[in-house]
Amino acid sequence: MSTAAAKSGQTAFGHILYVLKDNPVTLIAFFMFAVLIAMAVVGPSLVPYDPLASEAAVALQPPSWAHWFGTDSLGRDVFSRVIVATRLDLTISVAAVALSFVAGSVLGGLAGYYGGWLDAGLSRILDTIMAFPLFVLAMGIVAALGNSVENIIYATAIINLPFYARLVRAEVNTRREAGFALAAKLSGNRDLSVLALHIFPNALPPMMVQVSLNLGWAILNAAGLSFIGLGVRPPTAEWGIMVAEGANFIVSGEWWLALFPGLFLVIAVFTFNLLGDGLRDIVDPRRRT
Amino acid sequence: MLAIDNLRIGFRTRNGHVEAVKGISLAVGSGETMGIVGESGSGKSVTAYALLRILDAGGRIEAGTCVYSGIDLAHAPERQMADVRGREISMIFQNPRAALNPIRKVGHQIEDVLVRHNRAGRNNARSKAIAAMEAVKIRDAAARYHAYPFELSGGMCQRIVIALALACDPRLLIADEPTTGLDITTQKAVMDLVAALIRERGMSSILITHDLGLAAQYCDKITVMKDGVVVETGDAVDVFARPQHAYTRRLVDATPREGATVRSLLPAEARGPDPAYTVRDTALLRVQNLEKTFAGKSGPVHAVKGISFRVRDGETLGLVGESGCGKSTTSAMVVRLADPTSGKILFDGEDIGAVPAKSFARDKRRGKIQMVFQDATDSLNPRHAAGRAIEEPLRRLTDLSARARRDRVAELADLVGLPLHLIDRFPHQLSGGQKARVGIARALGTDPRFLILDEPTAALDVSIQAVVLNLLADLRARLGISYLFVSHDLQVVRLLCDRVVVMRAGEIVEEGEADQVMHAPSHPYTAELIAAAPHPPTLKS
Repeated sequence: MSTAAAKSGQTAFGHILYVLKDNPVTLIAFFMFAVLIAMAVVGPSLVPYDPLASEAAVALQPPSWAHWFGTDSLGRDVFSRVIVATRLDLTISVAAVALSFVAGSVLGGLAGYYGGWLDAGLSRILDTIMAFPLFVLAMGIVAALGNSVENIIYATAIINLPFYARLVRAEVNTRREAGFALAAKLSGNRDLSVLALHIFPNALPPMMVQVSLNLGWAILNAAGLSFIGLGVRPPTAEWGIMVAEGANFIVSGEWWLALFPGLFLVIAVFTFNLLGDGLRDIVDPRRRT
Repeated sequence: MLAIDNLRIGFRTRNGHVEAVKGISLAVGSGETMGIVGESGSGKSVTAYALLRILDAGGRIEAGTCVYSGIDLAHAPERQMADVRGREISMIFQNPRAALNPIRKVGHQIEDVLVRHNRAGRNNARSKAIAAMEAVKIRDAAARYHAYPFELSGGMCQRIVIALALACDPRLLIADEPTTGLDITTQKAVMDLVAALIRERGMSSILITHDLGLAAQYCDKITVMKDGVVVETGDAVDVFARPQHAYTRRLVDATPREGATVRSLLPAEARGPDPAYTVRDTALLRVQNLEKTFAGKSGPVHAVKGISFRVRDGETLGLVGESGCGKSTTSAMVVRLADPTSGKILFDGEDIGAVPAKSFARDKRRGKIQMVFQDATDSLNPRHAAGRAIEEPLRRLTDLSARARRDRVAELADLVGLPLHLIDRFPHQLSGGQKARVGIARALGTDPRFLILDEPTAALDVSIQAVVLNLLADLRARLGISYLFVSHDLQVVRLLCDRVVVMRAGEIVEEGEADQVMHAPSHPYTAELIAAAPHPPTLKS
């Protein structure tokens, strides 16, 4: 068994390498993703300054060798704050996307497989969610529950849920009567294991595209909430708040306060959007030759 | 009229350059029907697409000429091709439903073609479209004019496609597997119609098919293709009766026909005596007054109307009928994927119909009744390698350890003749025949006593069909399994079955010994089925 596992691991790894080599854009996206992850994991212990320590003497200084991205109105180092914020922003987006992925898969899978009143009921509820302007809905949820990191995650997860549920529902529905699903039943699988082990994995390739796009949206959403004051509270380092705070200073010429966190936001969203096709190719065995 | 000279077509793929057609030459005379025969991958469809210059992306005509009344189709400018398509040369596609625009009324689709080629103006397009529909014998054409493709049957859709193809009186008609997927009686009606129209209008035509019987019956000349090369050309009667090339001979051998045995389908050097098996006179499966009613939009639909039959231990029973006759519903109920509305399914004396299909997955008799599915591609999970697919029933229905399961998978692969190195491959990396073997191996894993074969060879080339049918015959002899062979093709059924049940509209119309049903059918419907099947050519040597 161990040799078989090792062998399949090898081929899976080989397949990932192949996908990366095949498409340079995917390679760049994965490299940038790795850099973001590294920033989130080791960034806080490597940054030159404490992101929360204010030093009035050096307030609002433009970028220099000592402060690469300049300093803000309290004299905090913008570079340190931008790097440290990576962890929080990635956590929010990954957690929110993971929640909506799991919940959406379960709901969409059940609705697509069983159909009937379950499908009708779930679909109407999801339609109701989608009827709201999503960002306004997220604002409402956070405003009602209070603005903590968990609540931002829940709000982001809820507004993304319908996209996953609908996608899974459609993918499961078209395969419900497929030969391999019937064959799985004949092999002794109960309905739920046919759904979970045989039909659902086939929905993964399009799901991966959705996941990567959604990671970008989730970051923007979290930053947006912070921007309008409904997200993470100051003085926590977070890209959205930093852009919001920095926006006040742009008129007076201190452009670096908003530019650098905004730039990292753009880079992160860009990376996630590029990641999609590569992730899809990796989870799709039909891409193997 | 059409002369193809040294045509080469290549495709750019992920694995580099592939040459699909390797320098073929053929000529179609005026008023002549040329049949292009070959198995999948022989390049016959690609050749047709090249003539109309509608090759897939990545495909390119690399050399050669196709001269049609003075125009070289391989090099003509696109503007000229647009006029040629439809007006001079038109095509009937393989899948009529896919060839029609699903959201446009069929009458409007015919009008589009007429208007495009200036055959009709705004005022008379409608009447001309209806006339075109009447020409293909569509009854009540004025009402059908407003139908959408999904409202029409497969045969009716194909008539619309033919009407589209013939609307502008082309001089050359290309029919690419025009009747694949149609019932045998519909196939005959459609082919007779096409043949009559061709004769009436003095057109030339090219019929692309894998069915030797069809080609022999409707063509004047035959070209046999294999792997992008023409292996033989000649008169329709001669090519099959006195094949010059070994490949043609193998094709003729592999086509099920009157008087053939399952072994005689194989190439001469692989033949042996037909495997012997014994049938005991005890009923293994007894179906009594089985009934299935679905709730349809306009009242209940009686798919199966109280049928009874039995399968003896070791016997093979054929279940024959056209689409919609209830044979698939019956097999789904017997294999316990669907619940009967009423009636009994006695397996070895016990009523398995009483156990709901939902919970039968965990029943101890689950492993004893298995099924081989119609479409091997569709029945294998695209995410599971072949070995995993074969292992699945062992995992769920037996207590074997991981090691024992692996040994059993190897044993099963060996039993069905699947090379061991292929079990790590995914379905898309296997050929049609290999996928069929995986499906059979999976069904055999739990030592079933009863196997339902749902058109197991319908999607396969004839030479592979011959091999799979022989494999099934060998397995029956070795393992003593009973089969329920569900099929629309009496000639194939006859090869394996002891007895045959013919179904129509949810009822059994005839039951009897296979040879008796084939030679002296007692019901007119059975006689009609037998007559509608094209008669495959036989060797004269």
